[in-house]
Amino acid sequence: MKNCYIARSRSVAARQLGEEMVIMSAQDSTLFNLNPVATLIWLAADGQTRLETIVQERVCSTFEVELEEALRDAEQFVTELAAHGILLRGETPIHDSSTATVKLP
Amino acid sequence: MVWAIPQDNFVAPGSLSFDEVIVEIGGVAIQLWTRDSGFRRVIEERYEGFLNPGALPACRFEIQLTSNRQCAATDEDVSVFKSGSKWCLKRGDFQAEWDLDRRAGWIRQCANPYSIDSVLRITHSLLLAMQGGFQLHASSAIRNGRAFLFAGVSGAGKTTMARLAPPDAVVLTDEISYIRRIDNGYRAYGTPFAGELGRPGANQSAPLQQACLLRQGQQNRLRAVSRSEAIRALMRHVLFFARDNELVEEVLDSVVNFASCVEVVEMEFTPDRRAWELIQ
Repeated sequence: MKNCYIARSRSVAARQLGEEMVIMSAQDSTLFNLNPVATLIWLAADGQTRLETIVQERVCSTFEVELEEALRDAEQFVTELAAHGILLRGETPIHDSSTATVKLP
Repeated sequence: MVWAIPQDNFVAPGSLSFDEVIVEIGGVAIQLWTRDSGFRRVIEERYEGFLNPGALPACRFEIQLTSNRQCAATDEDVSVFKSGSKWCLKRGDFQAEWDLDRRAGWIRQCANPYSIDSVLRITHSLLLAMQGGFQLHASSAIRNGRAFLFAGVSGAGKTTMARLAPPDAVVLTDEISYIRRIDNGYRAYGTPFAGELGRPGANQSAPLQQACLLRQGQQNRLRAVSRSEAIRALMRHVLFFARDNELVEEVLDSVVNFASCVEVVEMEFTPDRRAWELIQ
């Protein structure tokens, strides 16, 4: 996943609750709870920034974690959410599908 | 699979027939129309206590009965999606369309009360979502003029709480609670949708006082839960079937707002009547 770009799917409803995120899929009504680390990645998933950059600039600068370990966890998280259609990922920047709105309750 | 039928088959708004029934749940009336007087009686028996011939229906459905051979299993996943101005509902045992502009539609099913029950639950979930309400996997009851919800997964104790209700409590349902946003709060309504209790709830309503997330334990006590915990728990129990971005947003907003207006607690309880001492 050297060149991995991620974007939030439009087919979801997402609400930030404190440092966590609740996401509901419009495809199958599945509910997802993101922890604070996953929430940071989700919020930064604009389709234009590489996953490695997101992890380095957002995760490693906020939490005490090594880049390699954080990236490994992030890749697993991205794979899981992509399998549910919650996140979109590509090897090039994603232009037309990003920015599902995130509301603060 | 045919998703469209000639428009002539729609029930014309305002037309009256001997074989029409108006079922009103949560103050929302749905007119059901069938050419089969025997099936009309089945509907009347199924929704006894929730019939209101004088109510103005929010929508009308013509029921087209098919032979039993054309009905598949009910355990197939339900599919609910929007196509233009129409909602399309489909499961092995039924198929339905509801045109929002005409406020009318049709249901194709064999002559059993279970299919129409499912169509009504789904239709009400859509109507409620548009109005800031929702249906919840929860039993509910009125006590001292206020309504209480008991939410939980199967086996958590929804029916148990309904069964243990003291004489001064009115059980609204032991399975599917009906929640509407009224002014600045929420109101719970009785439904005919029964679980293991096997009997419909009372057709009454009251302002919601408290939502209890059930957990059977060694003692009876209430524990406050954080707003985010409440939202996550409630979302797991909301009945929602539609693949529709806009409506999913509405439902999530409704639950978030609900958790701001109504006290949500975890209720640890022993399965005996003392549990109701917490519900005042």
